[in-house]
Amino acid sequence: MSLELRDIRKRFGAVRANDGVSLQVEEGALHGLLGENGAGKSTLMKVLSGFIEADAGQVILNGRHLEMSSPRDAITAGIGMLHQDPLVFLPFSVLDNFVLGSPNANRVEAGAELRRIGAGFGFSFDLTAPARSLTVGERQQLEIVRLLWLGAKVLILDEPTTGISATQQALLFETLRTLAAQGMIVIFVSHKLEEVEALCDRVTVMRRGKAVGDVELPAPMDQLVEMMFGRPLEVTGRKPGGPGEIALELTDVCVDDRLVSLEDLSMSVRHGEIIGLAGLEGSGQRTLLRTCAGLIEPKSGSVRAAGVDLTSRGYHHHLSSRIHYLPAGRLEEGLIRGVTITEHFLLAGEQTGPIIDWAEARRRADEMLREHSIVGTTESTAESLSGGNQQRLLLALMPDDVAVLLMEHPTRGLDLASADWVWNRLLARVAGETAIVFSSADLDELLRYSDRIVVFFGGRVFKVLDARSTDSERLAHLIGGRDVA
Amino acid sequence: MEATIATIVATAAPLVYATVGETIAEKAGVINLSLDGSILLSAMTGFATTYVTGSVMLGFLAAMLVSMVIAALIAFASIELKLNQIAIGFVLTLLAAELSSFLGRPYVGVRGTSVPHWRVPLLSDIPFLGKVLFDHNLSVYGSFLALIAAYVFIFRTKRGLELQGIGERPEAAFARGIPVNRMRYLYTVIGGALVGIAGAAYSLDVKFGWRENLTLNFGWIALAIVIFGGWHPVRAAFGCYLFGALQVLALKLQPVSAFQGVSQILPILPFVLMIFTLVIVYLDWFRRFGERHPRWRRLLSSEPPAGIGRVFERE
Repeated sequence: MSLELRDIRKRFGAVRANDGVSLQVEEGALHGLLGENGAGKSTLMKVLSGFIEADAGQVILNGRHLEMSSPRDAITAGIGMLHQDPLVFLPFSVLDNFVLGSPNANRVEAGAELRRIGAGFGFSFDLTAPARSLTVGERQQLEIVRLLWLGAKVLILDEPTTGISATQQALLFETLRTLAAQGMIVIFVSHKLEEVEALCDRVTVMRRGKAVGDVELPAPMDQLVEMMFGRPLEVTGRKPGGPGEIALELTDVCVDDRLVSLEDLSMSVRHGEIIGLAGLEGSGQRTLLRTCAGLIEPKSGSVRAAGVDLTSRGYHHHLSSRIHYLPAGRLEEGLIRGVTITEHFLLAGEQTGPIIDWAEARRRADEMLREHSIVGTTESTAESLSGGNQQRLLLALMPDDVAVLLMEHPTRGLDLASADWVWNRLLARVAGETAIVFSSADLDELLRYSDRIVVFFGGRVFKVLDARSTDSERLAHLIGGRDVA
Repeated sequence: MEATIATIVATAAPLVYATVGETIAEKAGVINLSLDGSILLSAMTGFATTYVTGSVMLGFLAAMLVSMVIAALIAFASIELKLNQIAIGFVLTLLAAELSSFLGRPYVGVRGTSVPHWRVPLLSDIPFLGKVLFDHNLSVYGSFLALIAAYVFIFRTKRGLELQGIGERPEAAFARGIPVNRMRYLYTVIGGALVGIAGAAYSLDVKFGWRENLTLNFGWIALAIVIFGGWHPVRAAFGCYLFGALQVLALKLQPVSAFQGVSQILPILPFVLMIFTLVIVYLDWFRRFGERHPRWRRLLSSEPPAGIGRVFERE
């Protein structure tokens, strides 16, 4: 079995998302598709899975030209795609999700098949549970089994590791290796070099809508980085520095946040210190950050910043104590849809009087855009920016004199260059005495930048570690609730 | 007592058609906000057609056609022109309502034919229930059928699951090979047909005749019942019968001397009380009850289809 994409072209308005991309994949190989955000990977894969129609180009499977005008044509031909955000129906039951759109009508048989195929990979499903109660990883598992059941011989995975735990990622990679060994074509789309390197046998690198080249793996990291970005890239590490005074202190804090409750939590962060919060999604990291930000009121205990008691004082008091919070939902909680960059700076800035001086506002916004190298204009709306640029904008919106910066997933969904830029900025702030508390699912990020790592498990603090004397293996075990050391 | 309940069932029948129709359209993700105007214009058309041709059947067909055209317009404006469904629905409401006044002028106050009455043999002899459910005009039985058929279709068939999928997450439905926009046309128009029947059921059955603004505000009540009915046809039907009961109550109170001073506001009281009741039904308590009893979850959940009112595009 072999799959070939020949000279695929697709434009969105003035943007050439795919500018003559060709790709060849043989069966039994795990094929990576690597490139930074906006390189055209997703567009190419959506063309391959019939989700969008290319302006020009051919898809050839086993020497046969495929004419595809919808995902149904693709799956009939044996091509299935797992989208970045798994396309499940959240209120529907697992079984409903499984049978929806399939030609097979018998629900009992379908349920049995779901269990049987799933069991082969170590997945288990509660057929009557609503899909909403599943983790992102379990939703992916459901989709993978569904595509296999529908007869997929080519499986495309678009950034499947976003938002899943380390354990689920290990299970996913295991599954993909098994599938490739069974003779399927597996295409793994990612902007994360390490993942492609760990999983794939061969990789095609894309840059600005074009395929730059194919490489057999393992290959030198530098070579791949240069192909991705067109230039070598240096990853900034953390220089250890002496922490200063206590910036934020929690004493015996108890919080009840619907699903998660934290009990008797005491911790402190000093100026110039970085604390990483590790753990499975929903283990309490978010609750802690939101408590520190004053968005959740603790039931008991105290929150103090620089000697001032902030317990139960609310978000705005925290802000005036220079405690800032950047949530994971950049567009949902951080920025405002439909509001331009200039207007964002106006809203975030100091009040200067009742009348807006637009020329001045635009000039200042433009200055900030250049200073933070944000790709966009002063009139771009928040949602028109890419994920990396949204994060840059959020950082640009923050005043310079932040005492404590609380961040959720600072680099989630960002490509290497943007992630490195973000951390450069953050480290500059830390050197200027800011304390940072951040949560992340990326173990390397936690280990590289933190001074201390707080591991959460099941809604409580499981372990506090010195980041310098820990490795990713130990951290992964701790996140899964096992203390092996 | 039996007679009163039977009256309630008969009074609510047109609303049942309208809410079932609207539920189907909204489940598919299209809000047909034109209900109030559609019902008025259909009521007028249905009555006029029957008056001219003498055929009740033709009257109903004409009424369905009118509301189907309006529904198709909304689907077209939303899907092809990418206009806001709320805006286009509101404009069509006003247009259809004015049209019904203008075109219906010759038929005001004339006597026409109405829907035939039919006692269901045997079943109508059941004590109590027979009188309440099986001694009605034909259009009332139709409302039972529409309700049962909609419930079975939406929740018990494969196509019904697809219908819910289209309204919940159109991208996911599309990825599963369902022609989302074509299906949205289909279900919006089917919903429109039921709204048309609702109009004709008013002018040819419940209200016997046509006058200006005959069914004014019933469309809005139907829309509210759909929302607070949690997009579940059976729960919405309960709302319809409750509203029917309030109407009948207001009617019975009119001759009571104690209410003489306020007789002017009695006819609008059901609308106010209905909104009030629906707010109570919408309280958090209901949701929590549903979470404790999974069996009841679907009936009690008040979650709108997530893709409602949203245009689906393939990028």
